Amino acid sequence: MATQANPEAVLPAQGIEAPRSGRIDPKYLRSRTSRSNFEMMAWVFMRVSGAALVVLIFVHLWVNLMVGDGIHQIDFSFVAGKWANPVWQFWDLTMLWLAMLHGTNGMRTIINDYAEKDSTRAWLKAILYLSAAVIIILGTMVIFTFEPCLTDEAGNLLEGVAPEFCHGV
Amino acid sequence: MSTATVENEPASTVDLGESGDGAGAIESFEVTLKVRRYDPERAEDAWWDEWTLTMYGTDRVLDALHKVKWEIDGSLTFRRSCAHGICGSDAMRINGRNRLACKTLLKDLDTSKPITVEAIKGLPIEKDLIVDMEPFFQSYREIMPFLINNSPAPTAERLQSPEDRERFDDTTKCILCAACTSSCPVFWTDGQYFGPAAIVNAHRFIFDSRDDAGDMRLEVLNDKEGVWRCRTTFNCTDACPRGIEVTKAIQEVKTAIITRSL
Ligand code: HEM
Ligand code: SF4
Ligand code: FES
Repeated sequence: MATQANPEAVLPAQGIEAPRSGRIDPKYLRSRTSRSNFEMMAWVFMRVSGAALVVLIFVHLWVNLMVGDGIHQIDFSFVAGKWANPVWQFWDLTMLWLAMLHGTNGMRTIINDYAEKDSTRAWLKAILYLSAAVIIILGTMVIFTFEPCLTDEAGNLLEGVAPEFCHGV
Repeated sequence: MSTATVENEPASTVDLGESGDGAGAIESFEVTLKVRRYDPERAEDAWWDEWTLTMYGTDRVLDALHKVKWEIDGSLTFRRSCAHGICGSDAMRINGRNRLACKTLLKDLDTSKPITVEAIKGLPIEKDLIVDMEPFFQSYREIMPFLINNSPAPTAERLQSPEDRERFDDTTKCILCAACTSSCPVFWTDGQYFGPAAIVNAHRFIFDSRDDAGDMRLEVLNDKEGVWRCRTTFNCTDACPRGIEVTKAIQEVKTAIITRSL
């Protein structure tokens, strides 16, 4: 007797559902998985930038507030003097970028932790990233295009504002 | 000459009377049990019920719940099975902390105020103290909580040195009660986070020298809802009735993921 070919029985695995498939209500499935190292990198970045910020911020505060005349020395010409030096330009730039990226990523974490709706989450993050971008770009431009020797329309140095070293130029 | 000494057992805080006969001699006291009830067939919102009961120094919160269910209000609903801290069915929020009702002695709580009992948080409540554990077990399944070994099965058991066994000893103690996961504020918000219990049970196999699928489990937990959502709050470690160092286990998995990708 010829056996009746049953195509579905040829490969039994085809007729059998994968373990657990369909048994889990879709509402319990994780929304979507990401197979990237982004969250790991963000986690490591928080720790590395945090450690760098301790040094950057401590020296920043020490030089501004403790050395020399301390808090009384801070005015336009003090800032201008610091930014005339490439070391402080680099220092402040690093501090700006690290603090902004660190702070923004920290806020991203907090939004992820607290926002319950996907739409709220998306809006808050859009506002966060936009404001971070504005501050980083403006801050970077200020550090690089800073003009310490302000002049009036006639080209004379503004008295009382321009730091000492402008007079020598 | 020095000699090994055994410290004296601490005196019991339950004052057993000098004379008397059996249970009757155990000190009794009044407790007020305040339970957060929910029954969608009776009311839309949850409500609180209070009962004042005469309990004994040897009684646990579970005994108080039994007394209510068996003698006062049979509709009170909760899970319990072993009643001895092994099955993990009766994790609940007692006086604001996640614990097993069967391992919490009434005399250890402040009996001058009502003892509040609520369902664990972050999982959908079905009735009274019973929550839907499916999201919890779904995460558990995803980390593949079983031994995966590619070599042919030996005729006898797979041998392991005591040191290798010790490496994951702590995380073998889990009874899947969900006290940790449902104490985690990151889990509370949207329930997407894998949660401490899934990570603990992944740890149990990742650090088992006989298992070959550690890499796959690390990959699963490298998800955006995986270990990186942990904010090291330590709620899980405080909640675990088995005394597992949950936050430490999570940290070890994080470190393993980082070292793996270097
Ligand atoms: C001074 C040295 C600093 C150190 C050592 C440091 C360290 C850290 C670390 C390790 C985290 C991660 C916490 C976690 O994952 O649970 C963190 C989070 C955060 N940091 Fe910093 N940080 C520093 C400075 C700053 C600065 C200057 C800002 C603001 C611009 C900032 C804003 C944040 C925010 C918003 C979070 C998220 C908070 C959270 O996750 O709960 N931090 N910080
Ligand atoms: S780790 Fe502890 S608290 Fe978490 S499920 Fe296991 S036994 Fe319960
Ligand atoms: S009833 Fe089994 S752990 Fe409490």
